[in-house]
Amino acid sequence: MEVKEKKTKETKQGVLKRIAGPVVTAVNLDAHMYDVVKVGKEELMGEVIKIEGANVIIQVYEDTSGIRPGEPVSNTGLSLAVELGPGLLTSIYDGIQRPLAVLVDKMGNFIERGVSAPGLSHEKKWTFKPVAKVGQTIEPGAILGEVQETNIVHKVMLPPNAKPGKVKEIKTGDFTVDETICVLEDGREYPMIQRWPVRIPRPVKEKLNPTIPLITGQRILDGLFPIAKGGTAAIPGPFGSGKTVTQQQLAKWSDAEIVVYIGCGERGNEMTEVLTEFPHLEDPKSGKPLMERTVLIANTSNMPVAAREASVYTGITIAEYFRDMGYDVSLMADSTSRWAEAMREISSRLEEMPGEEGYPAYLAARLSEFYERAGLVTALNGAGGSVSVIGAVSPPGGDFSEPVTQNTLRIVKVFWALDAKLSQRRHFPAINWLNSYSLYLETLQSYYDKEVSPDWNKIRSWAMEVLQKEAELQEIVQLVGSDALPEAEQVTIEVARMIREIFLQQNAYDAVDTFCDMTKQYDMMKAIKTFADLSYAAQLAGVSPAQIIAVKAKGELPQIKFIKDYKPELAKIEKQMDDEFNTLRSAA
Amino acid sequence: MKEYRTISKIAGPLVFVEKTEPVAYQELVNIVLYDGTIKRGQVLDTSDDLVVVQVFETTTGIGKDSGIRFTGETIKMPVGKDMLGRILSGGGKPIDGGPEIVPEKRLDITGAAINPYARGMPADFIQTGISTIDGTNTLVRGQKLPIFSGAGLPHNNVALQIARQAKVPGSTESFAVVFAAMGITKEEANYFMQDFERTGALEHAVVFLNLADDPAVERIITPRLALTTAEYLAFELGMHVLVILTDMTNYCEALRQIGAAREEVPGRRGYPGYMYTDLACIYERAGMIKGQKGSVTQIPILTMPGDDITHPIPDLTGYITEGQIVVNRDLHRKGIYPPINVLPSLSRLMNLGIGPGKTRDDHKKVSDQMYAGYAEGNDLRGLVAIVGKDALSERDRLLLEFADLFENRFVRQGYDEDRTIEDTLNLGWELLSTLPVEQLTRIDRELINKYHPKIKAGAKKE
Ligand SMILES: Nc1ncnc2c1ncn2[C@@H]1O[C@H](COP(=O)(O)OP(=O)(O)OP(=O)(O)O)[C@@H](O)[C@H]1O
Ligand SMILES: [Mg+2]
Repeated sequence: MEVKEKKTKETKQGVLKRIAGPVVTAVNLDAHMYDVVKVGKEELMGEVIKIEGANVIIQVYEDTSGIRPGEPVSNTGLSLAVELGPGLLTSIYDGIQRPLAVLVDKMGNFIERGVSAPGLSHEKKWTFKPVAKVGQTIEPGAILGEVQETNIVHKVMLPPNAKPGKVKEIKTGDFTVDETICVLEDGREYPMIQRWPVRIPRPVKEKLNPTIPLITGQRILDGLFPIAKGGTAAIPGPFGSGKTVTQQQLAKWSDAEIVVYIGCGERGNEMTEVLTEFPHLEDPKSGKPLMERTVLIANTSNMPVAAREASVYTGITIAEYFRDMGYDVSLMADSTSRWAEAMREISSRLEEMPGEEGYPAYLAARLSEFYERAGLVTALNGAGGSVSVIGAVSPPGGDFSEPVTQNTLRIVKVFWALDAKLSQRRHFPAINWLNSYSLYLETLQSYYDKEVSPDWNKIRSWAMEVLQKEAELQEIVQLVGSDALPEAEQVTIEVARMIREIFLQQNAYDAVDTFCDMTKQYDMMKAIKTFADLSYAAQLAGVSPAQIIAVKAKGELPQIKFIKDYKPELAKIEKQMDDEFNTLRSAA
Repeated sequence: MKEYRTISKIAGPLVFVEKTEPVAYQELVNIVLYDGTIKRGQVLDTSDDLVVVQVFETTTGIGKDSGIRFTGETIKMPVGKDMLGRILSGGGKPIDGGPEIVPEKRLDITGAAINPYARGMPADFIQTGISTIDGTNTLVRGQKLPIFSGAGLPHNNVALQIARQAKVPGSTESFAVVFAAMGITKEEANYFMQDFERTGALEHAVVFLNLADDPAVERIITPRLALTTAEYLAFELGMHVLVILTDMTNYCEALRQIGAAREEVPGRRGYPGYMYTDLACIYERAGMIKGQKGSVTQIPILTMPGDDITHPIPDLTGYITEGQIVVNRDLHRKGIYPPINVLPSLSRLMNLGIGPGKTRDDHKKVSDQMYAGYAEGNDLRGLVAIVGKDALSERDRLLLEFADLFENRFVRQGYDEDRTIEDTLNLGWELLSTLPVEQLTRIDRELINKYHPKIKAGAKKE
């Protein structure tokens, strides 16, 4: 991230007084809260987080080893901001928007400190096509022109905090992000780049209620617990239960137009995986490499905690910027618990009074401010866009009663509860169907009626009922064995197993099964329902559960998952199912 | 170098020094005792008027008369090629009677983070010869895969068997083992050393020993010295390095002790709130770098207090590492070696190291199917205890038998038994073939036709 020195205000240099980890104290420094400062001879980047008498307390975004009291501290007078403009897509940044690829060039394979690098390339030229017309009066957020950034068109906008004005000149041609592309009659000049302070939400005209699902291609999500475009979801679970895989699946297959993926305090290899995999994967809609719509933020667990704290803000600001262009953006934060822990660590170094489990008392406020930046909106320029936020939560010991999970659940509308019991038996995605919920179901109903099938909502509730019923029956089975159940209920148990094994289980690593569109989801569920209907009818006609369970066609059904053009095969299986049941019934 | 005699307070492993010149954060400190012995420490907190030093050895003998010398640099480790075959203390001093290490370089022991953009994706299958690892929780070069164990379980045997048998089929590249012991007993250490000598592994090894009676605080730097050495061997000399860290539980105890001495607000069960980050700075020092030859693979070992996997030490570790191998007391009681419980075990990088061209096309699906079968069979044991075997359906009875077979044939193997991946997968099919084919819902038809022993044999006869 590059910070320009503010020229208007004469700033005095301060002096370091104390260094203890990522939090340092300076004296004799003119500072305001959240000013960005440069710390020590190496000019490490930091941010003012507390002012106490003559002491200014600073969190430093880089390792502070070797820094001594007495070294200088200077104030840039600016707050922590990101650079927004063409060049964001396909980038991978650290928590404070330093491009990691540039850092490799500047300092090699390991992250050293004291190196700054701007978020956008200031040399690269982009072809700018004007949209605004000379003489036109433009409002804040207005679209000045377009740049074909990847396969995505980047809309260059008047900054949201600019005053309206009349266009005097608008250019066409190749420009760097710093060159003026638009001049207003009052003399103001605008380049393509704009800066926005990360801790402040970008303004919108109006927030709307979400009504369209974010289609993810994941059966349990789309089918049972959907998230809306502009909605919020949390995915808590113990280690190894599938948070990252689910988030990556969403980053790959959800029908968002832009994806911002934040690796917040997690593994380096996971980011490398995204980097190596995404350029080779195709967006099922556009057929273009997925990387072209993606921005990555990687502040891994061993990178400085203060920059980890900043990473979620950097990510959401970039997401809002694309939303303002009228795009549907989805943002994954893996993991918000690591962000909360960074807050806790900084807070404890400030010797603040700890709240629950040592987290600062403002934890809940910070979480809700963050999720509140999601939403379906009308942008200042009138475009409709959305930011959907999906946050992973990593509760200690997998115990959901801890503060981060609980405070998150109070805010988000969708809860995908991962379950270690399911992941241990390799039931993936290991989302518990009894504990999870979506509060968007009702508002999305009319979409499914129109776009999927008029009986989708009915089939969905049927499946949920069967799963509920199975849970009750399982308790009895645990006591007396399954043979002791009434025959109809033995059939229910079998149908529930089919819903679980065929519909809910989905292998992220299978080339075909990794993504399942709504039509296929519907067809699969419908086939299971047909089997159930035939089974209950047969059972009434005197066919035994054992005979029903032995129906061959049932064994063929799971294969549908792995077949791309599944329709002929499915028709064959359904035909076979019919035949087998006819035979059974006539024998009974 | 200036020497201060301004110690104002000594508390636990911490020494507070006043009225110094500006001292750097994390600077290396020498403390000179009245008899001339020198102890080492590191600056934890520095300001105009007070410097807090954490001492890496016991504070026995340190008093207000001790001299403090600030060295002006952070802790560095001398590294060189001739470290191979050497045994060093937990603080990095030779203890094998040999000469000092001739340094080719002096490296900062904290180690900078690998830029995620520079990382190479781990992809090479490491065959350990242990079915429960190779078949169902595959280890890959550059991975960090800990062993979660309990007191008194044979985790050391498992670690040694891995160290002994681990190979990348078809590869002849040079490899090394870095072994770091933290707070283990002399007896345990001997056990490792004898095995290294018996198999000739010592030649390719660098050993760091901090034993149970060595200073606890020294354990804070032992893994860092070991990993600095490993990174040097891997990324400067191009070797494939396997790092064994044992026992990380003792490391965490030392961390807690320092936190308490600093009067920090403790986190869960008294461990510091920053333990996740601290452990991550150790475990993340594994991996590969794009365009470079070497790799660092880590196998940390930890004993779960009270066999509790939700205890902060295994919990935070699991959140950082790329899976875990869980050694289980029930299996051990049943006399099964290696007593690895596959259900809570996981290798997250498995998919990168397996499949056609690496192991076999059926690998993933055979593994998934065995998990599903074993998990279900294992659950049924509870039910059988209540309702008896007769109340089970035919399907359930077969699953129950599968669980037993799985433990006795797949899990159980000899301490020196080195199975190839072919052996392991074929064994998997043999066990799966005891279940009806329709029940193999995780495997697609093509693979069943290709590998299922009954179907394959049948197809041949026709
Ligand atoms: N949908 C899926 N399909 C197949 N395998 C899956 C799926 N989801 C998870 N897994 C398996 O579970 C493993 C762990 O998943 P993941 O890394 O997402 O866990 P996590 O919840 O992010 O854990 P941590 O909190 O430690 O980061 C994966 O490596 C993979 O083997
Ligand atoms: Mg994860």
